[in-house]
Amino acid sequence: MTQAYNSLKQQALAHQRQAASRPRVRVGTALCGFAAGGKEVAEAFRQQALGLGISATVSEVGCLGLCYAEPLVDIQLPGGPRVFYGNVGPEEVRGLVDAHIRGGQPQWDRALAVIGSSFDAYATALDDLDMMQGQVRIALRNAGHNAPADLEEYIATGGYAGLDRALSGMTPQQVQEQVAASGLRGRGGAAFPTGAKWRFLTGSPGPTKYILCNCEEGDPGAFNDKGILESDPHTLVEGMVLAGYATGASDGVIFIRHGHDGPIERAKKALEDAYRAGLLGKNILGSGFSFNAEVALVGESYVSGEETALMEAVEGKRAMPRFRPPFPAAYGVWGKPSNINNIKTLAYVPEIVSRGGAWFASVGTERSKGTAILCLSGAIQRPGMMEVPMGMTLRQALEGLAGGVPGGKKLKLLQTGGPLGGVLGADQLDIPMDFDAMARAGAILGSGGIIVADESACAVDLTRLLMAFCQYESCGKCFPCRLGMTHMVEILERICRFQGAPSDLQLLEQVGASMAAGSLCGHGQLGFNPVRSALRSFGDEFKAHIEGKRCPAGVCTGEYLTPCRSRR
Amino acid sequence: MLSEGVTLRAAIRQVLQSHRDGAATILSSLLALEDALGYIPPEGIEEVAELTHTTTNDVWGVASFYPNFRFDPPCEHTIEVCWGPTCHLLGAPAVVKEVLDALGLANEGDTPDRSITFKFNTCLGACAQAPVMALDHHLYGRLTPRAARGRVEALKGSPAHRR
Repeated sequence: MTQAYNSLKQQALAHQRQAASRPRVRVGTALCGFAAGGKEVAEAFRQQALGLGISATVSEVGCLGLCYAEPLVDIQLPGGPRVFYGNVGPEEVRGLVDAHIRGGQPQWDRALAVIGSSFDAYATALDDLDMMQGQVRIALRNAGHNAPADLEEYIATGGYAGLDRALSGMTPQQVQEQVAASGLRGRGGAAFPTGAKWRFLTGSPGPTKYILCNCEEGDPGAFNDKGILESDPHTLVEGMVLAGYATGASDGVIFIRHGHDGPIERAKKALEDAYRAGLLGKNILGSGFSFNAEVALVGESYVSGEETALMEAVEGKRAMPRFRPPFPAAYGVWGKPSNINNIKTLAYVPEIVSRGGAWFASVGTERSKGTAILCLSGAIQRPGMMEVPMGMTLRQALEGLAGGVPGGKKLKLLQTGGPLGGVLGADQLDIPMDFDAMARAGAILGSGGIIVADESACAVDLTRLLMAFCQYESCGKCFPCRLGMTHMVEILERICRFQGAPSDLQLLEQVGASMAAGSLCGHGQLGFNPVRSALRSFGDEFKAHIEGKRCPAGVCTGEYLTPCRSRR
Repeated sequence: MLSEGVTLRAAIRQVLQSHRDGAATILSSLLALEDALGYIPPEGIEEVAELTHTTTNDVWGVASFYPNFRFDPPCEHTIEVCWGPTCHLLGAPAVVKEVLDALGLANEGDTPDRSITFKFNTCLGACAQAPVMALDHHLYGRLTPRAARGRVEALKGSPAHRR
């Protein structure tokens, strides 16, 4: 252990001990908690505590993943259990403060769950909640527990131990070997082996080399990048510094979409605190290794999630993909060697270094190691964010953890891996979630977003919506994508208006093939995926719209209020 | 008018100067201006071109690419309704209709009295609370058309939002 880390750790533990002497209230205020009213609830706790003269710490924490229970609050008295209350409204706060904090009486009949082994008789243990069954939380280990961007809490709970281990006793080569041995593959969508990617950068000449972290999460239905940033930004910072050490890079840049204020603020604070503690900057932890990092904002553009387009955006230009080669490891941002990883990928790295590559590789399947961080939304009992071992079936996650489709309705389809992913039918639920099995099924695991639709949804209407998104987000550089997306939206709209012709399905195939052949990046290359996969599982529904001039689900009315074609 | 123009230009220069600490690019400069002023005036385009040693054409090229930017002074409030697939499945079309009706608009745009701007958003990031909208960047989830209308009516006539 470095001396510098030891002193940070002692300081952090002392701080934690002192904090534990006061009652603590945690309120989830990540985007999901925010939308459910979490900020108002946190404010009500602060006001009530103030009014009653109670010295309690009210922490706005990130996302525990139980989004269905937001606003989620947990209260812990000194030495007591952590008692979770779900769906708390501001009007309940006074009662909770009075009874639980002032009166010392947890409201067990109102409790959702508890952490504290001797209290299992009073409420369900948090880990025994259906939603938590089978979860293995590595990247999300602190999410919803620690105050985000609270450096001392992160260190007190084992944070920066991986970095300390690397800097005090491992060569960059050894760090890279651990990451290679872990079998970690990129979580941004392409699933490329991270160890191999880092090797490319290591071989490139310095001194200026960049580690870029992509948090430009544009996939509708995915919120795990923002979830990690809002819940535990230090795990990203630590992962980035480790990537820098392993590859000999000098600079890190974290890209976040302009307007996502919560994630931006928390990432910036994490960087500031890391600099102040000597975990970033010159001579990190006294090791002689130096690394700088900053947050940069990109404009709204889905294609800027593509690595070379992101580099263009970093340089302040239109987010349009570059030709490759040269590849980023040789010629990246500002012409310097660059490596780009998704935030989820980097968030695993501290634990991989701390616990060893073999440990990480023991979770998951043969070729997809570790966990999948899923975002479940739509027609599902318990929407939320979960981290499960690769190889769990869709059925286990959807029915077991998330409780299946509510209201006695039947599951109709799943939309996975972002709008360019694919549509799966209800007969495909036994597919194990790993990169390869999902790809074989015609969908992708991608960023982990899974949108569930029940029988009241129309597959043609949803396909039209996905294509409208793809059209809206085409950067316009390659005409097969720019024009092809527009053409496909036109065809799908006319099918939804019952004006489609039988030849339209063939026309869609033709346009899709041109896009796949003639587009520079995945946006155009994969742009036909939603249509292809929907046609495979729901061909009859397309036929009913075209030949029968009717929408079996009763959704299509010919009225569309989506902004497609209004962009450029 | 002239003095107003001068003041605006001075304000733009001030924003760009204080933003200059980092590596200023066309995009980062435009985002800083949008944050400070709520829009990009023609003077802003000129000043960004000068700061980044590019042409006004280059700057317009970037400004017109990203939907972040508007080019006339902002309304007092902004309403964004999500049209991501989750929100769509859980009832966003009815919410959109209700909100547009409450605003007297047919599509994206500003109300005639320029008090409220209505925009679509591709994903507000709170999919588990769908359908979602943002009023002046504050998220509201699990909306019904009725709840959405209530929020919009309450927004009308409330003090102008300042970021």
